[in-house]
Amino acid sequence: MKAGKLSTFLKSGAIWGFVVLELIFFSVAGEFMSLSNKAFMDLDNMLLLLKQSAPIGIIAMGMTIIMINGNIDLSVGAIFALSAVVLLDSMTWTMFAGLGDWVIPVSWLLALLTGVVLGAINGLIVWKTGVDAFIVTLGSMLGFRGLVFMYNGENPTSYLNWTLVDFAEAQFLGLHTATWFLAVVTLVIWYVMTRTVHGRNAHAIGDNREAAVNAGIRVGPHILINFIIIGFLAALSAVVFYSESGSVNPNDGQLYELWVITAVVLGGTKLAGGSGSILSTLGGVLAIQLLRKGLGHIGADTETVNLVIGLILIAVLFLDRQLNLKGKEELKT
Amino acid sequence: MTVPVPALRLEGIVKTFPGVRALDDVSFSVMPGEVHALMGENGAGKSTLMKVLGGIHQPEEGQIIVAEVPTVMTSPLQAKSKGIVFIHQELSLAEELSVAENIYLGELPKRSFGRVDWGSLYAQTDAILSKLRVGFDARTRVGDLSIANQQMVEIARALTVDAKAVIFDEPTASLTDAEKVVLFDVISDLKAQGVGIIYISHRMEEIFKMTDRISVLRDGQYRGTLVTADTDEDEVTQLMIGRSLDLTRAASTHDLGDVALEVRNLSCGHLFQNVSFAVRRGEVLGFYGLVGAGRTEIAETLFGLRDPSGGSIHLDGKEIRITSPVDAIRMGLSLVPEDRKGQGLVLGMNCRDNMTLPQIGDLTAGPFVAEGAEIAIFDQYRDKLDIRTPGWKQTVGNLSGGNQQKIVIGKWLSMHPSVLIVDEPTRGIDVGSKSEIHNLIRELAAQGYAVIVISSEMPEVLHVSDRIVAMYSGRVMRTFTSDEVTEDNLIQAISGIASEQVA
Repeated sequence: MKAGKLSTFLKSGAIWGFVVLELIFFSVAGEFMSLSNKAFMDLDNMLLLLKQSAPIGIIAMGMTIIMINGNIDLSVGAIFALSAVVLLDSMTWTMFAGLGDWVIPVSWLLALLTGVVLGAINGLIVWKTGVDAFIVTLGSMLGFRGLVFMYNGENPTSYLNWTLVDFAEAQFLGLHTATWFLAVVTLVIWYVMTRTVHGRNAHAIGDNREAAVNAGIRVGPHILINFIIIGFLAALSAVVFYSESGSVNPNDGQLYELWVITAVVLGGTKLAGGSGSILSTLGGVLAIQLLRKGLGHIGADTETVNLVIGLILIAVLFLDRQLNLKGKEELKT
Repeated sequence: MTVPVPALRLEGIVKTFPGVRALDDVSFSVMPGEVHALMGENGAGKSTLMKVLGGIHQPEEGQIIVAEVPTVMTSPLQAKSKGIVFIHQELSLAEELSVAENIYLGELPKRSFGRVDWGSLYAQTDAILSKLRVGFDARTRVGDLSIANQQMVEIARALTVDAKAVIFDEPTASLTDAEKVVLFDVISDLKAQGVGIIYISHRMEEIFKMTDRISVLRDGQYRGTLVTADTDEDEVTQLMIGRSLDLTRAASTHDLGDVALEVRNLSCGHLFQNVSFAVRRGEVLGFYGLVGAGRTEIAETLFGLRDPSGGSIHLDGKEIRITSPVDAIRMGLSLVPEDRKGQGLVLGMNCRDNMTLPQIGDLTAGPFVAEGAEIAIFDQYRDKLDIRTPGWKQTVGNLSGGNQQKIVIGKWLSMHPSVLIVDEPTRGIDVGSKSEIHNLIRELAAQGYAVIVISSEMPEVLHVSDRIVAMYSGRVMRTFTSDEVTEDNLIQAISGIASEQVA
């Protein structure tokens, strides 16, 4: 192992250490406190956990590149809901009536297109107006959610296509369809961020925007692309989830943005941009899902789960800050 | 009559930074009611001395004595409580607050339950303002004031304590002539009240108009104090620059090529006006002037970061329009910016990624970055520029200043530009690496690059340049060839003296 690798490994591996700790803790605690006699580390339980991580996880990959780029997107929950509405409702449109099961790819495309368009709207506004992404997406979060309610009022939008449900519930090599989507998205985004020009430039812009401009990088298009990617992923997350559930409530996806950001931050991505890791985000997503599931396993209720996750988030960021401060002082001397 | 006690006395101050003796046995004193100029070139140690005085740096040796009481300064706030007040070039005011709130920030008069005593706050403030004879009152929002009046607020803040000594650091840098008159009145008033004043400025005219004595620093050493009435500009200049320059003039031995870049009557609002110059291939054109003379702004305009308000830019004889750095880079202009860490480098990225940043769009294999090609470029310029780093994976933030600067230079050289603009090539770089960078610049010229060097350090600009453009407040005062230039005529040109006969 070359010099410097170990410290990098420790830093990027910290979240995975936390995941392992959780596994051990819940396995042991589960023995004494669980209401069920099933072990926490049961294979089926773990596969289910991966599947349940997918909706947040897929969006979190997009949020990681947005945040590395120095922005944030609060509208992902609303994009998620609106794409879901488009997905389920379009399957009932009379113009697609003759398509049979071929309506599935058409509806998927429509839903994904919805995400792309909404993301592009966010990106264009951020690029062209120069308004902070936090403000822009706060506005679009409200606006997009408004569209969801305009679509069907307070009523859920429902449609079950059994072919689709079969697909969504399928397991290939043991992993559920949703898990495969999460895996593929993680891999693709990881490649984008580490191996492509776009990824490199997004890093540079997030770390030092002025230096990036001085190097002749066009900042705006990169920002736009990232918002399109996260819009697409929010829609993909909806496609994966609602293909199975078949019913979307107008309030679905609320607070998703916060869960996603929590996962990304737990994974070590800086809010200020410039640094972050796709794989660590995956760790952050799994850590949160493990906490939710594990605390449930030992009999805690939802309120307790939220309280604990909140405390852990602050503790982790505090630790991170202390470690970074120490590093900076070392640099100074 | 008793012998007056100095308001502030410095004795044998020594301050070293790794590799540099920034202050070497500096002593001088300011009497009450005296305006004492502190002069010296950039890097002579003035700002370090002020930071020692303000408690930001602790001296290794020596004493600060305020009104005959030896004092250890630990912070600017503590210095203020001892009666030492700074009026900085950069203002530090809360724009949204009123004048009164700014003046008493942190020390607002209180009534019971922590309520602000607005009545006495405004009364006290207006009392101070009336002493300064300014045209605004305590309730004015600071953001609505002109820069000069904001400076008055800073001065008013100084008057809230029983100031023994007030230090003005380049106070006229951003003032109009009319505003200067007001400032000078205020300084005279302070002087009449028996306050000791340290006046830091490069501007000879002001120094000779305002001050009683002049102390000169050079290379961190105290070089003597002159009585203003008994001296002249030549003597002061001599004292400031009369070092034995170990940097010899390096006129080109190679033949110069064609004109690469020509600028005609370029203007940018109030930043600079009617600037014309040309630089040939194989030539180093130096730009020298005070901070704020418009040198960096010219570089930024050439690089597409600012829109010119007039004039034209010609590259290889053809007029070009540059609206963004993307244009500039495509046309073969490159800029090594003044603030290396803030504008030149992505500190969190590794050496290779920084070096190839402007061109990775062209270094691709399918959808991916061709890392092999990147490493090849890095290796080539690491060897060529002698960049000392353990490897390309090293984070740039961990390199020394000299090596960081070489990364920035290598970044542009690897793009094969025709014109290289280097703004403050050796700012924050240790002495050894400085001469390396200087040699590098000379070498690049010998290889046929047209190089523009902007510098605030006279020895540097004299050493590397074939010709020197002297600027003063947004205008080109004179362009010197290396035969004509002397330290004397250069410093006069950039101080705005003797502009008429040479313009």
